[in-house]
Amino acid sequence: MKLYLKFDMNAVCKKVLQEQLEAAGLNYSIQSFGEVEINNSPSNEAVKALNEKLNSYGISVVETHKSVLVQKIKDAIVEMVYSEEKLSNAKTSVYLAEKIGQSYGYISNLFSDVTYTSIANFIILQKIERAKQLILTNELTITEIAWKLSYSSVAHFSNQFKNATGLTPSAFQRIIDKRKNAQQKNL
Amino acid sequence: MLADDDDDDRLFFKDAFEEIKIKTDVSTLNNGIELMNFLTQPDIVLPHVLFLDLNMPGKTGLDCLKEIKSIDRLKDIAIAIYSTSASEEDIEETFVQGANIYIKKPHEFSALKKVLEDVITLNWQYHTSGLNRDNFLLSL
Repeated sequence: MKLYLKFDMNAVCKKVLQEQLEAAGLNYSIQSFGEVEINNSPSNEAVKALNEKLNSYGISVVETHKSVLVQKIKDAIVEMVYSEEKLSNAKTSVYLAEKIGQSYGYISNLFSDVTYTSIANFIILQKIERAKQLILTNELTITEIAWKLSYSSVAHFSNQFKNATGLTPSAFQRIIDKRKNAQQKNL
Repeated sequence: MLADDDDDDRLFFKDAFEEIKIKTDVSTLNNGIELMNFLTQPDIVLPHVLFLDLNMPGKTGLDCLKEIKSIDRLKDIAIAIYSTSASEEDIEETFVQGANIYIKKPHEFSALKKVLEDVITLNWQYHTSGLNRDNFLLSL
């Protein structure tokens, strides 16, 4: 039997955070996604220990002002890519500037400095990653996926997918399917 | 890290990385056997990305790939196939066996630099943005 799973990453992260923060004995409140307020001031060692625990879940405490801002920008982009409404309505630069509360020029320069890529490329990357997930669940056709991710046409979507991965959406799907079959044989 | 039996290819590869703005630490090995001997030592620092030439005497890139994917400690290293072959079958076979990236060796140095920079940048995004590596496929 095969089970197909869906994840609510927000809920997963929140639960992990709650468990770890409680285990660390900290008095905390979880603010918006990716922000935790610790009410008593914990020692540097306590924060370090918490960070190490969280690392095993792929979560890490970001330190500097710049990396916090970059993380906020990334979160805002991911949120946008996962929301059909935001993706279709907003002009990205306006959406990000409003969400972060800084001018788009500032945000965009900072992002490029820290991440070695541009906001525009990062959005494409996230959209393509989202498209890959959608392709692999087999629930939607390529046309539906293109529409869901606010591409103006299937051709535009397929071209961007091909540019970003070197593969067509259908070749991608075929390879991942074959790989899964090969892995099952090896078990 | 690159495993390639061609002297020139190893040299160009190293030179290309010297000119890329992301700081990297590049090492090269001369063939698949040397590579697997290195990787299976205890207490070594594993590379973030491993570039494998397909056509090597002794152990081919595909042999190394299969071996790496069968070893728990090594199976999460991002693997880039670095080959002169552009055959669809080679590309698909290596992806199915678990490679993340397939690079057709460019003839021009400037193109090589561009390709390697793209690979390192994208790998960095996967590394820092919590993306699902199982879906990391790139053919260049």
